[in-house]
Order: sequence, then C-alpha cells, then structure tokens
Amino acid sequence: MANPGILIVVAPQRGVLPPAAFELVTAGRRLADALKEPLSAVVLSDKAQGPAAELAARGVDKVYAVEHPLLADFVEELHAKAAAEAARKSGTGKILVSSSVAGRALAARLAVLLKAGLAADVFEIRPDGRVLRPLFSGNLIAEVEFKTPVAVISVAPMTFPRAEKAAKTGAVEPLAFDPGAPRSRFVSFKAEESNEVDLGAAERVVSGGRGLGGPEGFKLVFDLAHALGAAVGASRAAVDSGWIPYRHQVGLTGRSVRPKLYVAVGISGQIQHLAGMSSSGTVVAINPDKDCPMMQTANVAVQGDYKELIPLIIADIKKRRG
Amino acid sequence: MPIHIVVCVKSVPSSAAIPVDPGTGLPKTAGVPAILNPFDEYAVEEAARLKERLPGSTATALTVGADVEVLREAAARGCDAGVQVAGPEFEGGDSLSSSAALAAAIKKLHADKPVHLVLFGKNASDEASGTVGSQTAAWLDWPGAAGVKKIEAADGASVTVHRMMEDGIDALSLSLPACLATVKEINEPRLPSLKGKMAAKKAVFPKWGAAELGLDPAQVGAAGAGTRLAKASPPPPRPAGVKVEGATAAEKAAKLVDLLLERKLI
Ligand SMILES: Cc1cc2nc3c(=O)[nH]c(=O)nc-3n(C[C@H](O)[C@H](O)[C@H](O)COP(=O)(O)OP(=O)(O)OC[C@H]3O[C@@H](n4cnc5c(N)ncnc54)[C@H](O)[C@@H]3O)c2cc1C
Repeated sequence: MANPGILIVVAPQRGVLPPAAFELVTAGRRLADALKEPLSAVVLSDKAQGPAAELAARGVDKVYAVEHPLLADFVEELHAKAAAEAARKSGTGKILVSSSVAGRALAARLAVLLKAGLAADVFEIRPDGRVLRPLFSGNLIAEVEFKTPVAVISVAPMTFPRAEKAAKTGAVEPLAFDPGAPRSRFVSFKAEESNEVDLGAAERVVSGGRGLGGPEGFKLVFDLAHALGAAVGASRAAVDSGWIPYRHQVGLTGRSVRPKLYVAVGISGQIQHLAGMSSSGTVVAINPDKDCPMMQTANVAVQGDYKELIPLIIADIKKRRG
Repeated sequence: MPIHIVVCVKSVPSSAAIPVDPGTGLPKTAGVPAILNPFDEYAVEEAARLKERLPGSTATALTVGADVEVLREAAARGCDAGVQVAGPEFEGGDSLSSSAALAAAIKKLHADKPVHLVLFGKNASDEASGTVGSQTAAWLDWPGAAGVKKIEAADGASVTVHRMMEDGIDALSLSLPACLATVKEINEPRLPSLKGKMAAKKAVFPKWGAAELGLDPAQVGAAGAGTRLAKASPPPPRPAGVKVEGATAAEKAAKLVDLLLERKLI
C-alpha cells in the first residue's frame, strides 16, 4: 500500500487547464476524504500561478506552482522531471495524472523516476489502495494492487465529475525548477482547423458509421450533434471510407470516450467499436437492424432509417426549446 | 547517415475474448494463439521505411517474453536481427519491470553498436497501458515522445517528429538516441515479403537472461513489478435497454426526445 497523501499532477495545454484537471480534483478529494489524508497538486507551466490558484479555489489543500518558460508546451522528460521533484518534496504516495496523450507519457516517466508502480486508464480508486482498469479492450476489468511506496495512477477522462468552487480555498506555493540541459525541444503546434467539441472531453457524442451510406450522411450527424451540443465520432468503417477524418474514430484503434450520452447512428457495434465507448452513460442506437450488437447493447434502441429519424429528432428538440 | 534502430515488440493473445480462470480469478490466456501486437506492426514498418530512407541503416527487434515467433514476424517485415529477453525471472512482469528489462537490453545493444532510435507501438492490445515507450526512455534517461505520427527528419544526431495531440499536431526536435512510441497514422504496414519470410525462417535470435543483462533478478518480472493484478472479472452487464416504439418515425423521434429530457441527458 502506498504512502499517505495524494498529489494531482496537471500540465495546462496551450495555456489553459484541461477540464480533466477538475475531474482529478474530484477523484483526489474523494480519496483524501475517505482516507483522511491531505490533497495537494502541482501545476507545470510557463504561467502556473493562475491555474494553481484555480485548483486551490476548487478545494486542493496545497498547490505547488512550477513555473518555467520551457514548461509552456509538453515535453515529457522536462515535465516528468519537474513533477518528480514536486512529488519528492510533497512526499505523497498516491499520484494522479489524467490519461491524455501528454498525461500518459508524463505518468510513465514519473513512475520510473519515482520507482513507482503505474496503473493506466483507471476508472475507480478504492480506499483500500486497489484500482480498477480495463484489460483486453474492456472485455475484462482488472483489480490492481500497488507494491511500491508510491503509486502513479493515470485516470481515464470523464470518469469523475468536474470539481466546482469549494468552501475552503487552499494555499499556493511556488517551486523553483532547473531544467538542466534539455535534449528535447518543442518546435511548434498546429491546431486542428475546427472549433468542434473535443471527443475525449465531451459529455455527449453522436457517432456515424457505414450505415450512413456516404460522406453526405455526416451532415445530418453534425446537425444532430449541434442540436445536442455534442462532439462527433465515427466508426472505423466510416473513417476508412474517407467520409470523415481519423481523429473522429472511436474504438480500439481510435479514441476512447465516456460521455453521459452516446448516440450511435448506422453503427453495427462490433467489439472493436464497443471497446471505445461501452462505458458511456447512456447509449442510444439508431439502426434499422434490431438484432445488430449495437441495438442489443444500447440502453435506448430506436429502430429505423437515420435519414428519416434525425431530421425529425432535430425538429422535435427545436420545437421544445421554443 | 546510416542509423541503428531498435524496435520493441510484444507477443499478445490473438483474441480479446479472454476468459477468467475460476481457480485463480485471473485471465486465462493459455491455449489462445499468440500474435505480434497489432500496434507494433506500425513500429516495425516505420523501421523498415527508415532503412529505405537512410541506406545502410539496420533494425534490431527486441522482445521481453517467452514467444520468439514475434521476432520472426518482425524479421519477415524487415528487421535485420532480433533479441529475446526471456527466462523464468521475467515472468509476471508489469510495465515498470518489463520496461526496465527492455532498457537493460537496449543498453547492451547500444554498447555493442550505438543505437539511435528505439521505436514502440502505441500500446499492447492486451494490457494497453500505452506507457512502456516512455518508461523505457526514462530508465535509459533518453529523450522521447509518444503519439508520434510522423518522423520528419532524422540524421545521426537528431530527429524531428510530429506528435498527435487531442487538439492538433505538435512538432518536437529530439537529440539522439531517443525513444519514440508511434501511432497508427504513421504508415500503412506492408505484408511480409516472400524473401523476408524465407530469411526469417532461418534466423536465429540470441536469448538473454537477467545475468547477461547485468540485472538483479529482483528487478525484473513479478519481483521487480510495481503492481500486482489481484483479480480480473467481466464488466458488470449493462442494464437491459428500452426500445423506442411508435407507429411512425415522428412518433419515435418524439418519444426519444421525451426520454432524453426525462433522463436529463439534453
Ligand atoms: C484490429 C482492428 C481494429 C479495429 N479498430 C476499430 C476501431 O477503433 N473503431 C471501429 O469502429 N472499428 C474498428 N474496427 C473495425 C470493426 O471490426 C468494424 O468493422 C467496424 O466498427 C464496423 O463499422 P460500422 O459499424 O460503421 O459498419 P457495419 O458493421 O457495416 O455496420 C453498419 C450498420 O449500419 C446500419 N445501417 C444501414 N443502413 C442504415 C440506415 N439507413 N440508418 C441507420 N443505420 C443503418 C446497418 O444495419 C449496420 O448495423 C477494427 C477492426 C480490427 C480488425
């Protein structure tokens, strides 16, 4: 069992705190309260003070602000070095990081620097120290135990609600950081040219599959997504057909999502697709084939042709919103 | 300039439908055919492409585990050599101890013939922690990046890579040697050639144990692991679903919206 204390490690991306940071605060706060242990956080950034104050306001007892120009963008060796220094200083045993692209690499490096056991994509943290994570594409759930004094846990996004402002504000403490002579250099960032909702952080997702019949089918999927305030996902069949870019793919070889609402339009529900979305809150399937796996596993199955149903659903939502 | 590439590959069960052994409460993979981790195919292919881009370069496949066939598969797909790290002391390893074993083997290879790049797949299809590339880099204390979708420029001294982030693409420059975990956008793996398959059939792969790597057996396998899989179980069944019935499509649409509002999902 790991040493006492919980530390959240947060690296703001493009200068802003990702929503997953507030999910970590909730996960950490629940664990801290259950174990009666302190909750701390470390923010790694070129401008760490603002984000650190924000975490303190949401109830983190103590937030270390590590500020350095070289921490402006994610560089795994530098961020891990800074996080390890904060972890050693705080002496905490349980370290929580988000399972984003950056968070996963950060957790990995940090675990080795601290000679700590690592569990990735965790969706439940038990007060007895055990954590739950998926195995074999989610076909099994693993119960993992830590053998080291320090445990590094990367938490699956969207598993915990986002922490709101707390009654008691924590303290912020700046921490100096010497990056040494870095061997990795951040060169540039090119944003996706769209302001669509990010799949991984979306509370609602509408996904389209081969059943859309062609790229024009995604127009209706996007319309429904806009009406619901949802991000757009896709099956591999739709992506491989070139109807929508890969970054929308959900599943084993795409993104994993865990929204409150997942609407699968024209997706049959093969195991590789289910691997990426089966832990969603409510799954709605729209499909003429009532016997396909997606219609069988869905919480809400609507049998029919999406071309007919989606415009009616959108019209109905608009009508009720007045 | 020719470079030396190491590609880390893992043997995984060919199916994800793995039962739980009622006796141990752990996954029962015995009897399930093993394959090269599908995500490692991209790393192996990228090594083959780098060899084409930088003539004279060599690629060595490296695996920790009892299955030597993955090295044969990597050789058939273009690796020049392979090394197996195996022995009873490596059993029951987790990402921490397996990455320590990989790092020790890479150090040994590096001492023999300097290594420039170490490539990994995105994750293994069985445990899927997606962390071994960065963990190995940390043990080696080498720079690295995960989520690599493009190796833009590589020479003997540095590499420029594109990393796929949630919101776009980062470009990074890393000095060599470095560790890169790839994603599937990086290439489209070709099937092994007949010539490759023939050569792979005859290839012999050295097998290294903890002693050859200068590792204390307590650092590897289950003994060196930071975690223990206590138990595995199938996920709880989803509650039975409801069918939205209606005489017309309009009726179904209205009922669906009712239900979503009722459950406060919209
Ligand atoms: C190693 C590997 C990795 C993979 N990774 C992924 C992954 O990450 N993500 C993924 O999605 N797949 C993945 N796959 C592919 C997966 O096995 C399936 O092939 C894929 O998910 C099928 O996509 P689909 O459901 O859109 O198409 P199909 O299976 O063809 O289903 C189309 C569905 O549309 C329905 N339909 C037809 N007409 C209409 C209509 N008018 N209105 C509404 N519905 C209609 C049909 O009834 C059918 O159910 C992977 C496969 C392998 C081997």
